[in-house]
Parts: sequence; C-alpha cells; structure tokens
Amino acid sequence: MTGRTITEKIIAAHCAEPDSVRAGAIVTVRPDVVLLNDVSGPLAFTQFDAMGATRPFDPARIVLVADHFAPAPDIVAAGAIALTREFAKRHAIPHFYEPGRGGIEHTLLAELGMIGHGGIVFGADSHTCTAGAFNALGIGFGSTDLAAALAMGQLWMRVPDSVRVVLTGAPGPYVTGKDIILDIIRRMGSDGAADASLEFGGPGLRHLPVDARMAIANMAVEAGADTCVFEGDDLSAADMARRGMAPVAAVAPDPDARYREVIHVDLDRLSPIVACPPSPAAGVPVEQLRGQKVDQVYVGNCSNGTLTDLRQVADILRGRRVAPGVRMVVVPATQKIWRAALAEGLLDIIAEAGAAISTPTCGACFGGHMGILAAGETAIATTNRNYRGRMGHPDSQVFLANAWVAAAAAVAGEIVPPGEIAARILTETAA
Amino acid sequence: MSLNIEGRIHRFGDEVNTDVILPGRYLTLRTPEELGRHCLEGLDPGFVDRVAPGDIIAAGRNFGCGSSREHAVIALKAVGVGAIVVESAARIFFRNAVNLGLPVLVCPEAARGLAAGVPARIDLDRMTISQGDALWQVDPLGAEVRAILTAGGLVPRVRQALGA
Ligand code: SF4
Repeated sequence: MTGRTITEKIIAAHCAEPDSVRAGAIVTVRPDVVLLNDVSGPLAFTQFDAMGATRPFDPARIVLVADHFAPAPDIVAAGAIALTREFAKRHAIPHFYEPGRGGIEHTLLAELGMIGHGGIVFGADSHTCTAGAFNALGIGFGSTDLAAALAMGQLWMRVPDSVRVVLTGAPGPYVTGKDIILDIIRRMGSDGAADASLEFGGPGLRHLPVDARMAIANMAVEAGADTCVFEGDDLSAADMARRGMAPVAAVAPDPDARYREVIHVDLDRLSPIVACPPSPAAGVPVEQLRGQKVDQVYVGNCSNGTLTDLRQVADILRGRRVAPGVRMVVVPATQKIWRAALAEGLLDIIAEAGAAISTPTCGACFGGHMGILAAGETAIATTNRNYRGRMGHPDSQVFLANAWVAAAAAVAGEIVPPGEIAARILTETAA
Repeated sequence: MSLNIEGRIHRFGDEVNTDVILPGRYLTLRTPEELGRHCLEGLDPGFVDRVAPGDIIAAGRNFGCGSSREHAVIALKAVGVGAIVVESAARIFFRNAVNLGLPVLVCPEAARGLAAGVPARIDLDRMTISQGDALWQVDPLGAEVRAILTAGGLVPRVRQALGA
C-alpha cells in the first residue's frame, strides 16, 4: 500500500471506513464544523425542514454568520437574516454572528478557534477552502447538501486527487499570498485543479504567515480545486495557540504519497500579479497593466481583508491621498480586525487619505451592496472573483490584485507597480 | 426523475459561472418564480423569453463554476430547463443540480455536437443523447448520483434515511 496525501489522511480520520479512503473513492465524511451564511442558510433551513429533520446533528458545531447582505440593505435581506437568527434560536445554536460581533464567515471561523490541524469544515459557500491555510480541509457545498449535513452530520463525497504545490524561495517586496495563488491559477487554468486538492508545502512555506496562507487557500476554488490544504508548521501551531485551541499534531503527507501532478512555485521570481476581467485565471504581471484607469478601489473580502492587508494599504496611503475621481472602499473582514486596525491607527491613515471604511461585510465583493459598479466602470479589488457583472453592472469590470497594488492604484488613479508609489513617498520624505 | 427529456438546445460557451446564471444582487430572493425571472440574466437577458419547459442547455467546460449559490439551479429549473449537457461541470454546481433533480450530463462530444435551436432527446435509462440522426452515449452516472436522481432529489432521499 502506497502512502497517503494530507487530504487522504484527514478524510480517513473523519470517515467510518478509513481504509477505503483513496483518491477517487466515494466515502461518507463527518465534518468537525458546519458553516452557513445568510444567503445559503435560509435555503438550507427550508430543505432541512422538508427532509423531516427536527434536530441538527450537533448545535455546538454549527456556525451561522450574517455576512453577505449584512447589515441588511433592504427589507428582503433583513428577512433572510431573521430566518437565520430564528434557526439559531430554535435549535439553540450558540455560534450565530451578526454585524458588530462577527465578520466574513471564513475569516471569522479562523478567529473562533474552531478549525485547526487535521480538521474538516463543510461550508455552504465555495470559499470554505480558506480553512486549508490551517492544515485543515474546508469543503464547499450548496444549501441542500448542507441541509443534509445539518440533519445527519455527514455527507458523501469523492476523495479528491491531490496536486502537490512546492513553494521554494522567499517572496520579494510587494509579493503576497494573492500573487502566489494568482500565479498558480493562471498556470493551471480555472479548472486545472478540478477533482483535486491542492496540497501546499516546501521550504518557501516558512516565509508565509497565516494571513498569506489564507489568501492562497481562499482562491484554490478559482483553479477548480475541490479543496486545498497547507502542511502544518510552527506558524500554524502558534496560530492555533493564539486562537485558544489545544495543540494537535499537524497532518503531514507520507513520503510516498501519490500526486496527480507536482507544481513548483519559485517565490523569488514572482512579481505582483493582477487578474484581468472576466476571469481570475487571466493574471498578468502588474507592469503590463500600467496606466489602466480605475474608478473604484475595493480592499476587503474573505481572501484579503486581514490586518496584514490593512497594514499594506496604510503603508501606501500614509501621507498620501486617494486620487481625484477615484473612490476607495476598505472593508476589514471581521470586527476583531476592524478594532485591531483602529488600535494601530491604520483606520485613521486610511480615512485621512479619503477612503471610506465599512463595517465588516461581504458587501460589494459579490455585487450585493456597499460599493456596486455602474455600467462602464472599472474597479481594482482584493477580492477573489472578477466574472462579468460580479461587482455590479454586466458592463463593469474588475481587476483582482493584492492590497499593495490596490492601494497604489487608489493613489495614482490607475494601475501602477506599488514600488513606484512607495518610492515617491520616500523621495518626498527625504526632500 | 423523468427518464426522458425532450426539448430544444440552447448553446453557451465555456465557464458559464453561477454569477452570470444568477447575479449576486438577486440572492435575497428565494422563490423559484422570483429567481427564474433573472435566469442567465448576466450573460443573456433574452434567455428567459426564449426558453420553453423541457429545453436543454449545451455548454462547454467548467459549467457552473464559482459561487456555491443553489439559487442558480433553482432559477434554471424554474424556467423549465430539463437537463444540461456539458464538456465538464464544476463540482458544487453538479451536486446542487443533482440534489434538486436536474440532470447534468458530462459528455464532451454531445456538448460540442448538439445544434442550437433544434430539438434533442435524452434517455436517462439508456444514457443516450440524440438529435436527428446523431446519437451520443454518455458515461454511466455514479451509484450515489443515480440514487439521488431516482429518489427525486436529495430531500426525499434524506427523508427516507431519517425515516421521517
Ligand atoms: S467576501 Fe465575497 S467571496 Fe468571501 S464569502 Fe463573502 S461574498 Fe463570498
């Protein structure tokens, strides 16, 4: 018997028939946590009732988050959040989060300390794969599947193949997790990782703090991956401790584990990458887009709304202003991040530059509210999707980039390598 | 699951994502009637006026990629789409469709060969797709997928399992 991948091992540990867990096998998996939001939740609750279920499998392991249309922009949205709130109340689910106490579900789940080494979360959201950053498996489903998971505490799935991603070297200035994953997606294509789990490892890992890993894991689905997982290390262990979790050994792949494909990413050679509309797979080096005008700059979302991102934004905006004719919207991903950014003085720098700061929400990331684009408008955003009409009118367009690049575009009014804006600051300071 | 589906073909390209099938701004809606009105609005606003019950979508690679929103499948079903034939489908969309009883058939030759605007026929028992003289054989569905479709979707299947 050949060795196992991280993905196979974690699934085997959550499966009644661990010996049958091999890439391609159909198995039944019991997750540690189940995650729903105010868009996927209400549909799931209806299906849960229609299934004749009366009690969820374990209220303590269910997390419900009002993040998409929250705070509610209209009466219909308020109704959807009310349904989520009522479901939590009816079934005594302690983990229900609203604006002011929560944030965007995937970033929030990490903060709650409910997912760490070797865990599995099933989420009714495609970006549940963000949990891969923590040496865990996050697997996205639709509402009816998650209704079944709520009712039975388990779901069938095909054990994914694994694609090994070996990271070497160290990222240079202004190169972040976003650039690493945008590079992988442009190389693999939007379905290159279909039916697979991306397994990240290699010596480059130690240069990637957990925020960078979350940005990478978050967009695995944009390469078509079923899920993804990082090897664990001191950084992920320290992160678990910080979130109040008991220490658990990280799950490592066997040396003779079988991979469908092995991909190498040399971090030394990467430069910031921007994905052109309408596909996250259409990445090009930022230099190639120099001069591309933008109407709106959006920093936020479950991939890049972390404190790390806000620090990068403040670094560029400190002492500078958002260009005339450009509007900038900054959305910390969770209440905790929002408060930390306030305490560090980041929000003041950002506000002084002329940017609007929002309460944590999915907001305009998916074209919901809080920064929708008009026909013909162009945005640069730290979000994860730039499909046609994603952020508003079908004839608007979105470029995806890291927070340095987005902030630099806000100052310049057009896409520009962030080093050039930073150099300008240095020159002025020196003068 | 009705074992035979007959309807005209509507053709789409690669990477028809769930954002264009049902744009995010409509995600507060939940009834099939409301969602159906916006089906494929992000890509082809005239689709809802052209589609008839039983019609079949033929499309390229990675159909349904992106957001897990089940609203996309509800909208397609609401306007009467009877089946979807694709070169490949995104995992979450495929599961959502099966769970709601909408068959998604992965058959690259048929997905490329079906002519737009012309009636076609799908026989889920024999797993064949035919249009005029053309006939394509589709790979068998997995046991779990077939069981869900045969039960009429995941809701009745779980009902059985729970003995509710
Ligand atoms: S921030 Fe955007 S991508 Fe992330 S969960 Fe919310 S809507 Fe989805």
